[in-house]
Amino acid sequence: MFYREAGQFKTSYKADQALFPILQDRVGLAVILITAFAVIPALANDFFLTSIMIPFLVFSLAAIGLNILTGFCGQLSLGTGAFMGVGAYAAYKLTSIFPDANVIVMVLLSGVFSAAIGAVFGLPSLRIKGLYLAVTTLAAQFFLEWCFIRIPWLYNYNASGAIEVPRREVFGIIATGAEATPLARYFIVLGITVLIAFLMANVLRGRIGRSWMMIRDMDIAAELMGIRPLQTKLMAFAVSSYICGVAGAMMVFFWLNAAEPSSYSIRLSFQVLFMVILGGLGSLGGAFMGAAFIWILPVILKFVPGLLGFDLAAETVEHATFMIVGALIIFFLIVEPHGFARLWQIAKQKLRVWPFPY
Amino acid sequence: MKSIKQFALGTAVALGVGFSGAMTTAVQAEDANYVPLLTYRTGPYAGSGIHIANGMHDYLQMLNERDGGIGGVKLALEECETGYNAQKGVECYEATKGKGALVYNPYSTGITLQLIPKAGVDKIPVLSMGYGLSAAAVGSTFPWIFNVPDTYWDGASVVIKYIGEQEGGLENLKGKKIGYIFLDAGYGREPLPLLEQLAEKYGFELLQYPVPGAEMQNQSSQWLNVRRDRPDYMVMWGWGAMNPTAVKEAVKIRFPMDKFIGVWWSAGDDDASAGGEGAKGYKALNFSGVGADFPALNDIKKHVVDAGKSSTDASTIGSTLYNRGVLNSVIIAEGIRTAQELTGKKVITGEDMRLGLEALNLDEARLAELGLKGFAHPMKVTCEDHAGSHPVFIQEWDGKKWRQASDWIEPMTDVVRPLLEAAAAEYAEKNAPWPARTEPCPN
Repeated sequence: MFYREAGQFKTSYKADQALFPILQDRVGLAVILITAFAVIPALANDFFLTSIMIPFLVFSLAAIGLNILTGFCGQLSLGTGAFMGVGAYAAYKLTSIFPDANVIVMVLLSGVFSAAIGAVFGLPSLRIKGLYLAVTTLAAQFFLEWCFIRIPWLYNYNASGAIEVPRREVFGIIATGAEATPLARYFIVLGITVLIAFLMANVLRGRIGRSWMMIRDMDIAAELMGIRPLQTKLMAFAVSSYICGVAGAMMVFFWLNAAEPSSYSIRLSFQVLFMVILGGLGSLGGAFMGAAFIWILPVILKFVPGLLGFDLAAETVEHATFMIVGALIIFFLIVEPHGFARLWQIAKQKLRVWPFPY
Repeated sequence: MKSIKQFALGTAVALGVGFSGAMTTAVQAEDANYVPLLTYRTGPYAGSGIHIANGMHDYLQMLNERDGGIGGVKLALEECETGYNAQKGVECYEATKGKGALVYNPYSTGITLQLIPKAGVDKIPVLSMGYGLSAAAVGSTFPWIFNVPDTYWDGASVVIKYIGEQEGGLENLKGKKIGYIFLDAGYGREPLPLLEQLAEKYGFELLQYPVPGAEMQNQSSQWLNVRRDRPDYMVMWGWGAMNPTAVKEAVKIRFPMDKFIGVWWSAGDDDASAGGEGAKGYKALNFSGVGADFPALNDIKKHVVDAGKSSTDASTIGSTLYNRGVLNSVIIAEGIRTAQELTGKKVITGEDMRLGLEALNLDEARLAELGLKGFAHPMKVTCEDHAGSHPVFIQEWDGKKWRQASDWIEPMTDVVRPLLEAAAAEYAEKNAPWPARTEPCPN
């Protein structure tokens, strides 16, 4: 009843090819975008913006990037953290070489470097598959992390080995550094994330996206039908690494302000991989839902005992949060291995037939 | 199965609703000075972090119980768990800064580096006691950061000075090999520029053994290299689980323990006792008192620990790291007291706190008044020097407990200070436009 598309006729090719052919989807998306662009900035406090929304958007973008590679093209990767790091270090070097250049352009350009490195480490994917490929991307993770520590040129010979983001202005507004307001940073992160998400939504339903999915579903059949595996797989690696690189650059420029090599460790790779798996492999919406679950839930859970009037020690809350989130991950994976995206589809179906379930 | 799926759906919906409903509002107690404590009692560094956290919490809690706070105003304490993780540390900072936080003690060089640029913007000082960015000692560049009583560079210079004394003079260091084993993070790399400079100056060879944080509990390869290189002395900059592991490995390869010197963060009781009998002779720098024989610590035991207002195990009172946490809180408390005197206000702000810390003067008489006679070297902060390069001493593990093994040793200020100033200028240049100091100087 709530999600009935009966009566919505498509009378032209244009209507049939629309990104969101169903009215309810368009309305829902409009509500989400209005919330993100108007309601949250108007109501949220600094903590909500800097510790919940900005990291959430950064992780969503990283999850989209990994989802393209793992969810849509079927190539398992454990190097996400390192590819994000490449983006971060590239953006840092770019902005120290060109201090007057627009920092948003620099962040978007930094993805090019991680795309190139991602494509290089994607080369083995032509010969090896599945878990074996995961191991080679793991090598990329360790090698790149080693570079971040051992090549002092990357962090401008800083004694502490960390990269620190200097103050940069974009169109007269302070965009990075400590003086940048959370609101300005939030709008930049939101803008880039929404832009790339829309771009990807279109790429994925077109020729390129379909060729990725063909490779994922059966690479030999895809090859017989004229899809060239080398180009297709490498493109998936490049596009995925580009998005991860931009996410990594945003992570240090608009969220953390400073990063050590350990920020881009294997831990981050797993974190993003869990977001993708929990959200749903092969779903853009799932990337957002997975990121929300893995990042926002623990932050919120920490405040629950205080709100309910329990006076618990900080470390007890931390332990409890670990256990609750862990239990929920197992629970959701057992009842719905296809992730939140599939749960959302079930919910849509239920809304469609409500109040007459069958 | 169907009902389980429905349940899953229900849980997901409930979580979603929870997200939107859980917008928290800060509850700030009026008439109290709010001190957030960024601590870590979980994760791989908890072994060191718990003692520090207990010490910091217990001293301030004792002031609340015994004196009703400072200047008649209670202290509102809140711990936030960082897990020694920079992301979580920033999250803690954002979550607590709106409640009128007076000062932050990140207890992680990584978190300190993140907070340094924010401190001046949010007008909340950062007290990184004996850690963090060494260059922050230059108060004219970093008015909001305090690393009293010493920077890592002071510490490193004391180690070299002490080794020189053992060898009968710094000139005898020529041709010696000094190994440096360190946590491969901002923390462990911080002293490298100074050590390299001293190596050049005195002609000893500096051998580096970095230990990656993820593998700090497996140092066999590093110590294998130590055995091959046969350095004359070993210096360690370790933290958390790295310390006991290193001591154990050193015992295993039969490295002469009296030639193994740790920084003040490698001076925990658990760190040394891990090596068993063989760890006898292990040395470490220290600047906070040894043992529990101080009136203030007895007060903590009476008013806080025995009263059940803390999670401290009574037997750990007086351990090195616990005392370090206490000293940290003494500096906070004295900063608040000084700020109250300077401004005439009872409930102060972060800006007042900065004044209080900058005018900090913890002399011998005041230490005795606090019941901490001989607990620390008298320390004084000036507007130019936020560290003060105070003397530190060497302590030695006798197999059961630490005992003081040297007098107070002055750092090589003549070498350290120019380096600090150069590093501060470099930091300001790299982070241009770095704000020039406009804050008033209280003394």
